[in-house]
Amino acid sequence: MGTAKQRALPRSQIWSWVAMGGPLALLLVLFLVYPVGQLLLLSIHNDSGFTLAQYRQLFASSVYVDVLLITLKISLVTTLVCVVTGYPIAYLISVVGKERKATLLFWVLLSFWTSFLVRAFAWIVLLGRNGVINKLLLSLGIISSPASLLYNFGSVLVGMVNALLPLAVLTMLSVMENIDRNLPRAAATLGARSGMAFWKIYFPLSLPGVAAAGIMVFVTAIGFFIVPALLGGRRETMITQLIIDQIQQTMNWGFAGAISVLLLFVVLIVFAAYDRLLGLSTMTGVATAPKSKPSRLSEPIAKVGDVLLTLLGTISDAIISLLPSRRRGRNPDQPGFGLQAFAWTMLLIISLPTILMIPLSFGKGGLNWPPQGFTLHWYETVLASPVWTQALLRSLMVGVGTGLLAMLIGTPAAFLLVRSNIPGKGAWLAFILSPIVVPRMIIAVGLFYVFANIGLVGSAFGLILGHTVVAVPYVVMTMMAVLRNYDTRLDHAASSLGARPFATLRHVTFPILGAGMMSSFLFAFATSFDELTIALFATGGLNATLPKQFWDEVTLQVSPVIAAVSTCLFIFMGLLIFTAERLRRRAAAR
Amino acid sequence: MVSSSLRILELSKRYGDFVALAPTSLDVAKGEFLTLLGPSGSGKTTLLSLIAGLAHPDEGQILVDDADVTHSPAYDRDIGVVFQNYALFPHMTVEDNIAFPLKMRKVSDAEARRRTMEALETVRLPHVAKRFPRELSGGQQQRIALARCIVYRPAIILMDEPLGALDKKLRDQMQLEIKRIHRELRATIIYVTHDQEEAMTMSDRICLMNAGAIEQLGTPEDLYFRPRSMFVADFLGESNLLSATVRDVDAEGLDIVLADQAAPSRAVGNGSSFAAGEPIKIMVRPQNLHVVTAAADSGGLTGRLVDVMISGSLTRLYIAPETSGMPQLVAAYPTRSGSPPHEIGQLVSLGWNPADAVAIRDGGGH
Ligand SMILES: Nc1ncnc2c1ncn2[C@@H]1O[C@H](COP(=O)(O)OP(=O)(O)OP(=O)(O)O)[C@@H](O)[C@H]1O
Ligand SMILES: [Mg+2]
Repeated sequence: MGTAKQRALPRSQIWSWVAMGGPLALLLVLFLVYPVGQLLLLSIHNDSGFTLAQYRQLFASSVYVDVLLITLKISLVTTLVCVVTGYPIAYLISVVGKERKATLLFWVLLSFWTSFLVRAFAWIVLLGRNGVINKLLLSLGIISSPASLLYNFGSVLVGMVNALLPLAVLTMLSVMENIDRNLPRAAATLGARSGMAFWKIYFPLSLPGVAAAGIMVFVTAIGFFIVPALLGGRRETMITQLIIDQIQQTMNWGFAGAISVLLLFVVLIVFAAYDRLLGLSTMTGVATAPKSKPSRLSEPIAKVGDVLLTLLGTISDAIISLLPSRRRGRNPDQPGFGLQAFAWTMLLIISLPTILMIPLSFGKGGLNWPPQGFTLHWYETVLASPVWTQALLRSLMVGVGTGLLAMLIGTPAAFLLVRSNIPGKGAWLAFILSPIVVPRMIIAVGLFYVFANIGLVGSAFGLILGHTVVAVPYVVMTMMAVLRNYDTRLDHAASSLGARPFATLRHVTFPILGAGMMSSFLFAFATSFDELTIALFATGGLNATLPKQFWDEVTLQVSPVIAAVSTCLFIFMGLLIFTAERLRRRAAAR
Repeated sequence: MVSSSLRILELSKRYGDFVALAPTSLDVAKGEFLTLLGPSGSGKTTLLSLIAGLAHPDEGQILVDDADVTHSPAYDRDIGVVFQNYALFPHMTVEDNIAFPLKMRKVSDAEARRRTMEALETVRLPHVAKRFPRELSGGQQQRIALARCIVYRPAIILMDEPLGALDKKLRDQMQLEIKRIHRELRATIIYVTHDQEEAMTMSDRICLMNAGAIEQLGTPEDLYFRPRSMFVADFLGESNLLSATVRDVDAEGLDIVLADQAAPSRAVGNGSSFAAGEPIKIMVRPQNLHVVTAAADSGGLTGRLVDVMISGSLTRLYIAPETSGMPQLVAAYPTRSGSPPHEIGQLVSLGWNPADAVAIRDGGGH
């Protein structure tokens, strides 16, 4: 059967490929490749034909290069901090028992799903002149007058780390969960002390996760503008902010295109380097054992690495043996107190600002700490304002639309990639995942240009299309993972038991895939619900989505109304995660 | 080569409310080969993990050569473990896996290489040294796990179903290999298996576990011929269990009477104490149950032949006793043409040597 297929592809098969993969390919060509291509063209083209004027201007002064360097610096430091502090958290989550894992994961997920805007805004309030930190330092007598904690490198870094730490933790966790817990134990019986067992066994196995987290965080960070715009000063301007300025202030498409090319170039270099070193396949974070690592890393490098890890192991063990011995009577599987304290402190730091927003939103005293009195005034203001309610409705509508559309065209594509023998699967996958790699801002500006030409600016439909482009890779990835784990023998069993194809689909396939489809719908919904970059240009005024409205308000003034909106969003997300988790558990218990 | 004795005192382990191991005591002599046998979930792996220091007991003590190691970490115990699912390090070659314990013990590189190759020869896989674990078959991985354990000659070796994934032939080979390693290293070995035949052939003693507790501990003969409970009789090999009542107990055995039978008969004890009047079970192994064509009214126990099955060297006869309520019985004979009777439906009379009838306390099983 297989050989017959290889010799001549039946026409019907090609048609089924087109039917399953066509819509997604069309979407990406029309709303990713074409707009981005347009933008890049604009950068080398003006009324009189080919020109490099934009690039000359870009490198004429050191201004833009400096911004690029600052962007790289912020992104690198953010990545480093996220990976280094996220590692122990992910490790802890992967080793603790079921109950505590659920608790820890809830806080990571809550932070992950809370809008970047809400979290950045919370830090503005927290670090402000009358914020909690200043008040605390004053009352402790450490400082005598409020320090200015905002609009510097430190505040940007705090905001960036807060924004991206959950992503780093979740990425590393996906790899750590697949590491066989018997391996460190086996190392212990073979004579390795805990430090050695960690550095020589656990750590190398967790490296693909570290690498995947590193690149995910870096690529997201390099395209960030919310945090530097809200928490940074002039010296923390990042490159995407320049693109926004070019579009919003001067409508200079050509120059925006040139900056985009620069940004894209940097991102591609990073990916190429990553691929050379580790292979892009590790990015999906599935491989427990690095498939081709030993052959890729040349012998001497591997040797040096081994010596280094042995050294780290020896040092750790020496330090552990110096510590007062608490080992007696301790369960060898229990994580240490230091690790737990660290992880909880980090989780507290990333969750606390948003939580402190809650009492402030009910206070009469504005955003000054401590909150005074109790009022529902700010909530009433929000509800009475058509701008906010319109924005909420629009966001919900666009979110649901995006979720449905992304599922509708993403799921068949996932089936195609997992189940069929379509040629060039790797290339297809790379193409489908490209919306994650290309900085969001470039897609947004390109889409704005194309939409402006065909009159889709400001329309919900245009927004749904744009959001689907950025959400669909997650849907495809989730569904592919689900389908890979799905045992096709179940389908065969069903049909051998007399179920016709449709009945099999309805009674066996979908009920089992249901959880995966639900979670990819939610993921797409949440992506859209929190999306600002595309909405930044494509909407405005009464057309604004919630994030866009939030952004317009927060860049205008920092008011308690925003605290009320933040609180609503935060609690909405908390409930959503809680219910989703409950549903998932009930499904698992069945 | 050193070997150590192991003593376990009232060791117990709970997971939440679930008792994975009830307080258990066990003595293993230097150089002994002890097998843990028992149904799935009976606590075998749990007991091994506690001994190895991979899990922490709730109560009790573990002594190696009379030194208390209950609280010492796994890496200090010098107890080797062959894991149920191999636990080979996926990022290291076979060679590096096997050399790992030597490196941890700071053995020189040259010496480590020599001993690694030696261990690979022992498990007959010298050609896979440079491969990664995922490039090996399940059985080969298992043998590498064995090699990694014996390479540093631990004083006590724990093996959790080390031959589970092997086919019959390789399994037989590896059993011999393990026995040879045991003789040569004179290590103390605690071995887990599901396979009762394997347990019988390899062990000095068998420890039969059930529901987190030791059901019976003794030599293979002990367990087979003098089971303490119906669970043991049932678990090890085939058995016929007949209800009876104790009449009298004397030095040599018991006077009993079978249920629904008038004639008295004799049985031997199994080490438990019995009281007159107590209801018991009598166990007769199939090979000890004699079946002869019955005369019309021979008296005694009779039954009808319901099935005859020839399985290789043994022929099994299945008999439905005439006495109502008595379960179906099985007798086994070496396969030969002619005798014994094997016409289905035929009336047969059943008997056994009193020395082959073992008394077991009723309800002894769980
Ligand atoms: N970490 C754990 N948490 C909760 N229960 C556990 C845990 N580990 C083991 N158990 C339970 O303890 C009991 C004994 O498990 P154990 O692994 O010792 O069985 P086993 O005799 O080795 O079985 P098998 O022959 O199937 O390997 C089982 O019922 C198991 O479900
Ligand atoms: Mg087990």
